[in-house]
Amino acid sequence: MTDLTSLTIAEARQGLANKSFTARELTDAHLAAMEAARVLNAYVLETPDRAREMAKQADDKIAKGEGGPLAGIPLGIKDLFATRDIRTTACSKILGNFIPPYESTVTSQLWRDGAVLLGKLNNDEFAMGSSNETSCFGPVTNPWRREGSNTTLVPGGSSGGSASAVAAQLCMGATATDTGGSIRQPAAFTATVGIKPTYGRCSRWGTVAFASSLDQAGPIARSVRDAAILMRSMAGHDPKDTTSVDVAVPDYETAIGKSVKGMKIGIPKEYRLDGMPAEIEKLWSEGAAWLKAAGAELVEVSLPHTKYALPAYYIVAPAEASSNLARYDGVRYGLREPAKNIIEMYENTRAEGFGDEVRRRVMIGTYVLSAGYYDAYYLRAQKVRTLIKKDFENCFAKGVHAILTPATPSAAFGIGEKGGDPVEMYLNDIFTVTVNMAGLPGIAVPSGKDAQGLPLGLQLIGRPFDEETLFSLGDVIEQAAGRFTAPRWW
Amino acid sequence: MNAPAAPHKLIKGATGDWEVVIGMEIHAQVTSNSKLFSGASTTFGGEPNSHVSLVDAAMPGMLPVINEECVRQAVRTGLGLNAKINLRSVFDRKNYFYPDLPQGYQISQYKSPIVGEGEVVLELDGGRSVTIGIERLHLEQDAGKLLHDQSPTMSYVDLNRSGVALMEIVSKPDIRDAEQAKAYVTKLRSILRYLGTCDGDMEKGSLRADVNVSVRKPGGPLGTRCEIKNMNSVNFIGQAIEYEARRQIEIIEDGGSIDQETRLFDPNKGETRSMRSKEEAHDYRYFPDPDLLPLEFSQEFVDELKAHLPELPDQKKSRFITGFGLSPYDASVLVAERESADFYETVLSGLADKARDGKLAANWVINELFGRLNKESRDIASSPVSAAQLGAIVDLIGEGTISGKIAKDLFEIVWQEGGDPRALVETRGMKQVTDLGAIEKVVDDIIATNPEKVAQAKAKPQLVGWFVGQVMKSSGGKANPQAVNDLLKSKLGI
Repeated sequence: MTDLTSLTIAEARQGLANKSFTARELTDAHLAAMEAARVLNAYVLETPDRAREMAKQADDKIAKGEGGPLAGIPLGIKDLFATRDIRTTACSKILGNFIPPYESTVTSQLWRDGAVLLGKLNNDEFAMGSSNETSCFGPVTNPWRREGSNTTLVPGGSSGGSASAVAAQLCMGATATDTGGSIRQPAAFTATVGIKPTYGRCSRWGTVAFASSLDQAGPIARSVRDAAILMRSMAGHDPKDTTSVDVAVPDYETAIGKSVKGMKIGIPKEYRLDGMPAEIEKLWSEGAAWLKAAGAELVEVSLPHTKYALPAYYIVAPAEASSNLARYDGVRYGLREPAKNIIEMYENTRAEGFGDEVRRRVMIGTYVLSAGYYDAYYLRAQKVRTLIKKDFENCFAKGVHAILTPATPSAAFGIGEKGGDPVEMYLNDIFTVTVNMAGLPGIAVPSGKDAQGLPLGLQLIGRPFDEETLFSLGDVIEQAAGRFTAPRWW
Repeated sequence: MNAPAAPHKLIKGATGDWEVVIGMEIHAQVTSNSKLFSGASTTFGGEPNSHVSLVDAAMPGMLPVINEECVRQAVRTGLGLNAKINLRSVFDRKNYFYPDLPQGYQISQYKSPIVGEGEVVLELDGGRSVTIGIERLHLEQDAGKLLHDQSPTMSYVDLNRSGVALMEIVSKPDIRDAEQAKAYVTKLRSILRYLGTCDGDMEKGSLRADVNVSVRKPGGPLGTRCEIKNMNSVNFIGQAIEYEARRQIEIIEDGGSIDQETRLFDPNKGETRSMRSKEEAHDYRYFPDPDLLPLEFSQEFVDELKAHLPELPDQKKSRFITGFGLSPYDASVLVAERESADFYETVLSGLADKARDGKLAANWVINELFGRLNKESRDIASSPVSAAQLGAIVDLIGEGTISGKIAKDLFEIVWQEGGDPRALVETRGMKQVTDLGAIEKVVDDIIATNPEKVAQAKAKPQLVGWFVGQVMKSSGGKANPQAVNDLLKSKLGI
């Protein structure tokens, strides 16, 4: 029997249907792999009992022919999603041992469809970070290493645990969230597929908020098809989230293998940065060539306000975060540090409970919303946001179906390598934040390796609610580039 | 049609007269079954933290969803204030830390409220009226409550009220003295209660007012204002304004200046005292709540609500005046509370001749019934005399079966013992005697036994009143006074 953990979701689904193995066996294989890979620190909580129980239920349902679309598929869940009766911390000390009495909408839809919970995955504290180094549970290790090197690399962030676990075959797929690139950047760093759907496609209910107007849940998987399978279960209108949109969820899987002939693919000139590594440049041209070979038409497009996106993002996101994180005050749940009075209690609790990066963003956000600064920062950033959105609308109005860009400006870097200057870290999101600012869908697909053998990804940006086109195009790239598996060293 | 500027009270200071300028922010709890952004119950009372949803407790990942009933109530209130309804409004976050505020921010409306400018007309003593402008009305969440008496070292938090919908109704600084301020709160409360959008219960905190007070020389530039927070009694509002205005005048006349600050009224001492200065004021860092889309609805939605609006006090008052000949004062008294207006209308609906006896019924409701209820500190809901009973008494007077004097006795019997007034009149022989023959006999007797009075009356016709009194007395009050009068005049030849 092949190693069950190396299967894709599509393959496992087939195997379960054929009774080649049981859900319980599939889950046990993953639980064993998790145990063997603890050095990666991808999971912050393993839930083997719950996993086996859910796998058994899946087997029972499959036996009765009642298995859902994800029956028996073991998944990892980013610790930002509330899981009923299971500790949920957003990887922040301030939530302590918080055990929610509720289940997030996205995860409850996965369980509805038969998926199995393996455990909670590491992430940057409150999803603030691009390397998974800000987690209160410590950094996650990327299963990928530079050729001939033992240097420990970051998996990217904030969904570093999700990307690492999927790449190291510690789950068949994972939930993730993306506020400025937190799905796509780690996917690119680990040779996995990650899609941030259109804002409003997945419910935010029960997901710990970072920046409400930018946050969006999505899957990380090992193939474009798997990502499509997971998306279908995660997406959907939720009356409990006013910003979720009431549009039908298509069967995304049918987009896989669909011809892309005649599609217009935009290549935005503003994404060609000064000093961009040649291998990124090469990857981008290669990706374009693959799409062209599949019948798509390449057009140069302009997104003139791109250069303002990152600065504007680092105003809007911290502003919302400063307010969203005000609820962690030590009064009702989570950490409470002793103090003589209420003000001191707030100060001690929040100083002790939040890490440096979270505190930095809360302070930036508080500052940009302050009287006298609001117009200069927050209001102006919102105007930039409108212009960025307009750039994309103009582009799509000219008949462009999707836009191709690199996913990241470089491959994965070493743990501790970018600790000094926060702006250096923020630059990781240069290609991805525009998509969040405009509320559009974006997918990162593994496309090649750099000179040191580290994976690199390309990003496709789509029209609102047209994730299907991204799956079709992503599939073309995947077919051309092949799939990449990290050599096991742990 | 603007009412003429009502003369208002000026305050005499050492340097001359001072004018008080008052603006009010009224917080009115919206009548709804569930909270503004969650499904939790709004029931008053109940064990602490028994009406708290995950949203109200600000659990991680919880999101607000607007309660449409609260939106309808706000729009209805706006319509009742003759205000502009904004088809698009925006919810903002007002950020500050306090243990009774679980989210760390209050969801409110800052730049784009649901209701814009409107107005309220106040009737003052002596038939004067004044129009007070409404600046805006917006929806916002109420906070929870701190319990300081549960532990020697800790304060506890009760979140039952957290997230309950409030309407903040902001007036323009059009109010000029304590009397107008009290009339404004009373009128606004009355409108809200008519609309059924707020129960107006000030004791339970359903209606609270922040009062902004400044003083100036009449017609001069506006002075610096102080805000008196959280007033929950109309009388205290009056007292607080009187005190605060004098305090400010004294400071200015002594060469000082007013610091803009927030103050609290101490009802025991009858004083206001400083709560926090402008420098200590929070920077609330308002910004649009990204969890909520702008609130948008159609003109049809508004029109539909407008079509089903109940009759409001002003409309009811003018109908009472034109329809039943009531004096403006009587009409105002009746419409001040929806319950009393409803009682009067129920009395009316049972009357045999509304046009004839409408005014009489109003007199009876106001003077006899309200007078008696006040005396016994009862409210109209617990009146021993029902609207039907009172209507029957009015009918009996109107049709001439009993005199007004007898009616008062009858009212007393009904109040004490209950019963059908018409039957009581029969069984207790209270019927007015209109039988001319019977009255004539009494009249003849009195004329025969009082010849000197007859002579006097012929010289001075007003003395007929003495004869009327004698006749009424010997008939036990049951003779019809009009018939007696007519008969006497013809017998005496005057």
